[in-house]
Amino acid sequence: MRRLHLGLGLAALLLAGLGALYALNHLDEGASSASAPAVTPALVQRGAYLARAGNCMGCHTARGGQPYAGGRGIPTPFGTVFAPNLTPDTATGLGAWSSEDFWRALHNGRGRDGRLLTPAFPYTNYALVTRADSDALYAYLRSLPAVASPRRPHELRFPFGTQAALAAWRALYFRPAEFRPDPAQSPVWNRGAYLVQGLGHCSACHAPRNALGATAGNDDFSGGMLKALGWYAPSLHDPAEAGVAGWTPEALRRWLRTGQGPQGSALGPMGEVVLGSTQHLSEPDLEAMSLYLRNLPQQPREREAPPRPDAPRRALGAKLYEQHCASCHGAQGEGVAGIYPPLAGNRSVTMGSSANLLRVMLRGGFAPATATNPRPFGMPPFASQLDEREIAAIASHVRNAWGNRAGDVTPLDVLQAK
Amino acid sequence: MIAPSRLLASLLLLLPLLAPAAPRVEDSIAQRAQACTLCHGKEGRAAADGYYPRLAGKPAGYLYKQLLNFRDGRRDYGLMSELIAPLSDAYLLELAQYFARLELPYPAPQPPGVDAATLAQGQRLVTRGDAARRLPACAQCHGEQLTGVQPFVPGLLGLPRDYLNGQLGAWRSGQRHAVAPDCMAQVAKSLQLEEINAISHWLAAQPLPPGSKPAERPAAALPLACGGLQ
Repeated sequence: MRRLHLGLGLAALLLAGLGALYALNHLDEGASSASAPAVTPALVQRGAYLARAGNCMGCHTARGGQPYAGGRGIPTPFGTVFAPNLTPDTATGLGAWSSEDFWRALHNGRGRDGRLLTPAFPYTNYALVTRADSDALYAYLRSLPAVASPRRPHELRFPFGTQAALAAWRALYFRPAEFRPDPAQSPVWNRGAYLVQGLGHCSACHAPRNALGATAGNDDFSGGMLKALGWYAPSLHDPAEAGVAGWTPEALRRWLRTGQGPQGSALGPMGEVVLGSTQHLSEPDLEAMSLYLRNLPQQPREREAPPRPDAPRRALGAKLYEQHCASCHGAQGEGVAGIYPPLAGNRSVTMGSSANLLRVMLRGGFAPATATNPRPFGMPPFASQLDEREIAAIASHVRNAWGNRAGDVTPLDVLQAK
Repeated sequence: MIAPSRLLASLLLLLPLLAPAAPRVEDSIAQRAQACTLCHGKEGRAAADGYYPRLAGKPAGYLYKQLLNFRDGRRDYGLMSELIAPLSDAYLLELAQYFARLELPYPAPQPPGVDAATLAQGQRLVTRGDAARRLPACAQCHGEQLTGVQPFVPGLLGLPRDYLNGQLGAWRSGQRHAVAPDCMAQVAKSLQLEEINAISHWLAAQPLPPGSKPAERPAAALPLACGGLQ
């Protein structure tokens, strides 16, 4: 009798757990009463603009491939996710999708067939997008030429790609909710918050992720290491990293429009964002994003004291700097205005993580060729010129010369960055 | 008597001379191209991770197509593709035209390291091809002097044999591509590895004709359809 009770109790618990899992995965999924708006050229144009704001093309276009036809592999710590085809091809794209299906993908992270989508598709951010904006995006994607481009299955390690794992992840970390304006803030600030937290999905890179790849929320920008890419998305809450509370509105708008800032250019993934997204946004939207970003709470991070300096390494670094770097960046790390960034007082050089500094030294980079900066200057890659000992020496030197103060870089750090 | 303002202006003009080692940087395409020449050198450069080919004096159209191929994934070298990923077609064309205009001396030919029979095989394939296999001669497309043809076909002389072997091998294995129809892939796939070796040794051993430049136009109709030439 006792065993029967125990069995019944366990069964009830299991059922309740499954019920909770089911309920948590179907929040806010009632049939929408919204009727799809009439497709007009203005709606399509608005959708095209919103697709820029979300940089949908950035992931959903393979290198050299047809725009929006998918196929680009997005490396994650759990394996590679392949972005699917968003063109209106019936067999391989969104041809059979309704505006309701599309909304459910953005808002609930669920595909047309009811399957749960991987959160590498940032539906955790896109859940904030309004139904009207979703419909405009849908109308734009339907207007694209249909390209037959079969979906490439994700290559995720077990169990991360399974529906059960995704359901558990969502129960823990995902609650669909449309953007709610903060009545204490101005409409401009709210517009900025909507764009940055929603379509802009800035937290997808700028937020740290836990062991299961979840962020602390769409308004957390406290810095994320993009391990699979070898770049660090610096904290927007930290004045010593990439906080912009001290920037003028003009400087931040210019950064988003051109990728050029007072201490250098947007390179790597941020260069992609400027190139594919922010350079195309309207001045009022850039102003809104700028207002929101400049008013993010600022909390300087506790910085560990730089380890004891390795004097011979820094001396070697100073000598190599003269030979390889000073002709562009200046003997005093002063740079050349508008051409080569200063290294003295440059946060990208001195921030706690040396990932981006090493990345640029090893692999070089050009600023994005934007409409306002069509012929950018570039830094050559030094990976085949200097060995890890020399790169570490130069990095340690520039992090500690001309008033800079930061931890030394070891040859092991350089090998890890490679 | 010099007016004080003129004196001040003259002194200000002298200031850059007094400043300690200010970088000499100009807003020019040559300055921008320095991001390329660290690796490629003036005349090509061998490095630990492979050979960086010469850019100077190659046909502009060829250089431009290669930049597009790297950026858009038809050629496979991560460092290069990543570096130029954020650059536009127009800017890549300007860089290509800059390097095409440069006139720099070529390195001395490499003494061949194979026997005479292999060299003769290389020469035969380069200059005459193999009609029985419908294999065109290199010279039919790359110019009678093998110095390339404007605007898209590169010269084959002045390149180290390791690079030539590497590229022909990459075409053959499918690692290097051009826009379809991919005529070079077709040619390389019909060559045996020994034949590629013979061709590379013979080509690398040839001196460049003095003042050599790409031919203005092909001597006769090209034997294959090539997507890279459009």
